[in-house]
Order: sequence, then C-alpha cells, then structure tokens
Amino acid sequence: MRTDIPTSTLLEMQRRMTRIRRFEERAAKMVKRGLIPGTVHTSIGQEAQVVGSCMALDDDDYMTGNHRSHGHPIGKGSPLGPLMAELVGKATGVCRGKGGSLHLADFSVGSLGESGIVGSSIPIATGSAFASKLLGRPRVSLAFFGDGAANQGVLYEAMNMAGVWKLPAIFLCENNQYALSTPAHTVTSGNIFERAAGFDIPGVRVDDGQDVIAVYDAVKTAADRARAGEGPSLVEVMTYRFNEHSEGLRIDNYRDKEQISEWLSRDPLDRLAGHLRDRGITDEQLKQLDAEVMEEVDRAVEFANESPYPEPSVAFEDLYTDEVTAV
Amino acid sequence: MSIMSYLGAIGAAQREAMEADERVVIVGEDVEANVYGTTGGGKSRSSEGDFLQMFGRNRIRNTPISEEGIVGIAAGAAMTGLRPIVDLSYSSFLYMAMDQFVNQVAKNRYMFGGQASMPVVFRSAMFYGLNTGAHHSDRPYPMFMNVPGLKIIAPASPEDAKGLLRAAIDSDDPVLAFEAVKLWGLKGEVGDEPFRIPLGVARTVKEGTDVTLVAISGSVPDACAAADRLGEEGVSVEVIDPRTLVPLDTAAILTSVAKTGRLVVVEPAHRTCGAAAEISALVAEEVFDALKAPIVRLTAPDMQIPFSPSLEQQMYPTRDGIAAALRRVTGLKPA
Repeated sequence: MRTDIPTSTLLEMQRRMTRIRRFEERAAKMVKRGLIPGTVHTSIGQEAQVVGSCMALDDDDYMTGNHRSHGHPIGKGSPLGPLMAELVGKATGVCRGKGGSLHLADFSVGSLGESGIVGSSIPIATGSAFASKLLGRPRVSLAFFGDGAANQGVLYEAMNMAGVWKLPAIFLCENNQYALSTPAHTVTSGNIFERAAGFDIPGVRVDDGQDVIAVYDAVKTAADRARAGEGPSLVEVMTYRFNEHSEGLRIDNYRDKEQISEWLSRDPLDRLAGHLRDRGITDEQLKQLDAEVMEEVDRAVEFANESPYPEPSVAFEDLYTDEVTAV
Repeated sequence: MSIMSYLGAIGAAQREAMEADERVVIVGEDVEANVYGTTGGGKSRSSEGDFLQMFGRNRIRNTPISEEGIVGIAAGAAMTGLRPIVDLSYSSFLYMAMDQFVNQVAKNRYMFGGQASMPVVFRSAMFYGLNTGAHHSDRPYPMFMNVPGLKIIAPASPEDAKGLLRAAIDSDDPVLAFEAVKLWGLKGEVGDEPFRIPLGVARTVKEGTDVTLVAISGSVPDACAAADRLGEEGVSVEVIDPRTLVPLDTAAILTSVAKTGRLVVVEPAHRTCGAAAEISALVAEEVFDALKAPIVRLTAPDMQIPFSPSLEQQMYPTRDGIAAALRRVTGLKPA
C-alpha cells in the first residue's frame, strides 16, 4: 500500500466508513421497527468505495448520488443529525422532511442530491462541472451511479459532452454487480470502464473496491486531472452490498451464500483497520473510534426523535422561489 | 419603440440578458450558426450582432443532439451558478428529456427542501400548421402544465415575447417558453429599452362586455380577428391572452367572465386535459353563477397531426370557427 497518505487521513477514512456502517445499521433496525417510513437502501459493504471517492475530493467539490446514497453525504462530511431526521421525516431533516432516504441532499458539503431515478442525476453533476468550467472555479464534480445506471443512455450523453468540452467531471460507477436482482454481466455487454475509450477519456477499474486506499488513489488521479483542466474520467469500482437491495425486501435467491461470505470476509472496515494497525494504531484506539461514532449515531437518532414533524403547510413550500399558490 | 418581429424580440431579450449578466449563457442545437434567427443580427456568421462574436463560445455553445443530457446539464449548471437559456428548437424534442424535466428540473428544489434554485429557461418552438407532419407539430405545453415546479410562458406578440422572456431569464425558477412558429414573423411595436413583463399577468388584448374569449399562443391573432368580426355584428368580445400558463392569471379570467357571463377558450393543443380544459373547469368552479351560456372549448382534436396540407389545416381552431362559437354563446344566428 502507498505510504504517503498521512495516518490522520486514514483514521478519518476509517471514521467516515464507520459512520456510514453504524448509521445504516441503525437505520435498518429503525425500518424494521417501523420508525423510518418508506424504503431504505443501505450501502453497507460499499463504504470503501464511497469514502475513498468522497475523500479524494475537496470540501467544496460537487457530487450527485442515487437511490443508495446515505453514504455519499456522510462520506463527504455531513453531520448525521439532519440526515437521520430526514430519514424519519422530521422538520429538522436536511431536506425539511421533503426528500427522505431516496432524496437526501446536503448542499453545504457539495452534495447536490440523490436521485430515485436510476442514472437521472448523472447530467446534474455534469452540469455543475460545466458551470465550474465556465465560471472558472477550480471545482470538480463527481457523479455516483451503479452498474444498473451504466446501461442508461443519459450516461453516454453526459460523458460525450463532458469529454468534448473537457469538463472537470468524474463518472464513478459503483459496480456492486447487481441491479436489484439482475446480475450485471447478464445485461451488460463488455466492461463498463472500457466504454470510456469511445469518448477518448481515461477509464479505469478498481478491482479491489473494498480497499479504500485503492479507490482513493484512482479517484484522486481523476480529480487532479479534472482540476488541471484535462477533462473527465470514468472510474469503475468493483464492490458488493452486504444487505439486501432494500431493507425488508426479503428476496435473496439471486446471490449464493459462498459469494456473500467471500465478500463479507473482505470487509472494508476490517481492511483499513489492518492498515492502521500496521501504522501503530492500537486496537484500543480503533475501539475508541467506533465508540465515538456510535455515540454520534445515538445523538443523531436522539436529535431525529426529539425533532418535531413538519407542519402540514410545509408540503406547500419550496416548489418555487417565489410565492405561487398551488391550485 | 421600434417595429420588431416576434423572432427579433426573442433575440433582443437574449442579447440584453447576456449583456446584463455574465452568468447567462445559451446552449442548444445549432445556436452558434443562428439557424433559427434568435442568436444574432442575421443569418450570416459575419453579420453585425452575431452572438458568437459578441459573447464567445463560452457563452453560446452548440450541443450535440442529446436532449436528455442537455436539459440535465443545464439544470445542474443552474443549480451551481449559471443562468442557462437552452434552445431545444422543436417542442416535440422535449419528450427526449422528459425524465430530466419532470424528475430533476421540476422536483429538485422541492424535494431538497429549498436548497436548490433552478434559474434556467428552456425555449422551444411549435412548428404546427407548417406541414411538418406528426413529429414536428406538437403543442405539448399542457403536459408540462401538469408538472408542478415548472413555469410556462407562451407569448403571442413581439412585445410579450421580449418582456416575458426577459422575466423568465431573471426568474430563479425553471421556465419553459413555448413559441408558435406561425407567430415568429409577426411584427409589432416593441420597447427599445430592456423591460420585463411579470410572469403570471394576463394581457387583455381587447376589452369587451358580452363574451370572454381566452386565447393561447398561436390562437391569439385568430381570436382577435374573430372578435373584430363579431364587433361588426354588434357583439362586444373581451379577448384575454394569459401569456403565462403557469402561474396562470386566474383573477383576470374570472373577473372577465364574471363581467361578461360567457366564455370561449381557444388553443392549438389537444382537447383532453388541455389548457382550455383547465380554464373551463376553473370558471365552472368559481363563477358558475355568472354564466349565461355553456362554456365552449375550441382546440385541436385528440388526433395526430397529418402531413398533407389538405388534411392538416382542419386540425386547429380557425377564425371562422371561433366566430361561430362566439355567435353561438351570445345567441346570435350563424352568419
């Protein structure tokens, strides 16, 4: 592994991955107990890919997500309280209770929003890169999308425009190998990362997407290139979700147990913990980090629970910037 | 004031907005060569007032034919600091970008709890009545009226085209501008100085007392002609052009119908769930007691648009048809 990443950065990676893990474990429990309404998709198992990408970006860089996107704002540094309040549907939610799990957005960390429509947010990130280029600001935009979205046409419209205009964009394919139940290889011709070649932009695949440093390296290379004005990149990261497609779906006939246990044995949090031990971080310190994150999650849940539900009138706000009465 | 064409007024509004604010950019298919005549002084690249020469390729830029991507990219750019004007040329092309319009452009501000603003204008032209066949003749603005979060303008005069487009560019919300191509050549007096016509304010084109005639987009000139004809027959027709379909100036329509007691609505879009249907329902709900005659809608039928001129011309409301409807609701015998 590379040695030039400071231990403090690795510890922050571990902290953010742990935040995603503990936040989503708690959210899954709350779904089961009926405390979170609607549907929830966790990225447990994919934390390395999320955090490696987010931490390769600067604080004010932009990104967009998808339906499996709690991890993205957390990885970018969002406080947990307003995110959890949003999942519960409270007035203090990051989207005032209008978005929920499927539509988190935290503009304060550059998170321009998740999309419940597969592939739909890709041009939004590309557009923010277009604005950065025209306004001359040194920001990079990253679009997270899955192997399912890799077969949406709009990805290629966006990649083409990003390529021909040399936009500071990163197309980050989180290949967890299943579009819900459909194995990617049964519906995808060729390799996703190789599609970049058709647009004359770099395309790389991180085969070990459970290694946060490998992901960080690949995305950092893409971000540096984008910031230098050299244009977009496509980065495909091979990963795996540990939970079901969405909490409570109870369909598990499409992945075999051997495959699941093989991936579970390469847990991204354990992997980075191993690296940290090599750097002299003690088990005690790692336990302490985990305890601190658990405490953060507890506080976030408390914040969500104690917050009021939005007033009914809030449903009629935020459609337009000025007052237009709903008919 | 100058005499200006509708198309010239669009160009003037775009030029003034680009001069006033560096964040205003134009993107779209064939905008650099000024193919449709709204991005320059003439059709020649070298003519004076050419936008490409005035503003450079950073601010006026051809796009690939990728409507979904263009609309999404404009939305993302609008959320992060630009104020794009997107030229989608034909209104029928909007369907290619339906996901971006409905799921991103219209919803992002709302579902993110007000974090986003979306200052972007999408211009498109309705090439109906020009023998372009079913793929180029659509008048799809009612579909978009059904999408909360979008604002919609449909100016019918050069003056309104300039003032409404300028207000649309100023708006921090997404605005779709629908232009009837048959209006592009229409000439009229237009203020030379920059001006804005607020969204949501109807224009009373002609005052009258016997019947309210609400006309939309390309139907406005025919409505005015029919109203003039009825005037000669002794009927006083009030012609209202909503100009903005979202937000709709309901007060102007309701006040007029409350006064006249009769309503005819005319538009070139399909009948079912059209703007005319919406306005009719509104009037029936709000000022039913004032009505002296049944409401009449004049629209295109729920039918595709055929190519042959001999087939197409019957598809849209005509001034004769409008005049006949006005006579019917006012109790006059057919002329």
